[in-house]
Amino acid sequence: MTGDITLIGYGLATIGPAIAVGLIFAAYINGVARQPEAGNLLRPIAILGFALAEALAIFGLVLFFLAFFTG
Amino acid sequence: MSATIAAAGLPLPTAAGENSHFPPTPEDFWQPLFKMFEIGGQAYYFTRPMALLLIAAIALSVWLLVTTRKAAIVPSKGQWLTEKVYDFARNDIARDMIGSRDFMRFVPFLFALFVFILLNNLFGIIPPFQNPTMARVAFPIALTLVVYVVYHWIGFKKHGAVGYFKFMLPSGLPGWIKPFILLLEMITFFITRPLTLALRLFGNMFAGHMLLVVFIVGGWVMFESGFLLTAFEGLIQFLQAYVFVLLAASYIGGALVDEH
Repeated sequence: MTGDITLIGYGLATIGPAIAVGLIFAAYINGVARQPEAGNLLRPIAILGFALAEALAIFGLVLFFLAFFTG
Repeated sequence: MSATIAAAGLPLPTAAGENSHFPPTPEDFWQPLFKMFEIGGQAYYFTRPMALLLIAAIALSVWLLVTTRKAAIVPSKGQWLTEKVYDFARNDIARDMIGSRDFMRFVPFLFALFVFILLNNLFGIIPPFQNPTMARVAFPIALTLVVYVVYHWIGFKKHGAVGYFKFMLPSGLPGWIKPFILLLEMITFFITRPLTLALRLFGNMFAGHMLLVVFIVGGWVMFESGFLLTAFEGLIQFLQAYVFVLLAASYIGGALVDEH
């Protein structure tokens, strides 16, 4: 079996952002469940937080490509 | 999808283990259609994403012209759809993020950005095209460059050259820490923001399309999941267009606020 260890590294690195995104949407759902009329106010904030947390996974993808094609 | 694979010159797998091209690689996204010209031995090709980009621009122009030419107070179905999309970009993105004082200036820009990215993303799952344009990194970079110039330009115009850097600093900091915070904020403004904006769109489209290829090429066991993934990918594509424009609007709004 052949492969590259960077793949596993990137897989592990996505755990952090995955938990972060889960927490953000859990909080969003909580907020909307408690106060449905706040949904419109909370949605852009939740999406923004999601985008920022996801950026770390994207950085990981870039580093994976760097390591994969140069190292 | 089989058209995509045939176009990429890949044989379809007949059984597990027979196909050396599986799994797909980033090279599969390089799909030149014909050679345009050659400069100094370097050949420049007209590629499939470029064709899709042109199709998207023409399709959007036709759609917007046709549905708004005979605009009426009681809208037709086409006009209703256009108005819904426009309302979404105007109210839910531009007004929420920039604020009701001066969001109207940026609505045309943000609306154009939104429909353009959305259609280009949706090309990833629309049958005759089936290739998200933004899966080649140059296209999101070009879009990000426009956003980058816009939000820095309005920031400079509003605060002045020195004032813009002062504006990046949160107020009420002790003096010795200011240079470090300024450095961090400048990295955020000039490097991290455009980098993440471009790479988020690219990464999602690229990884999503590759996932689809994996699932559908491996489709002799996973056809149903391929179907589900296509629907899921549609959701992601919409979400990424939304996130890109939302962030662009928030950067513009951030450059326009008066003081910290």
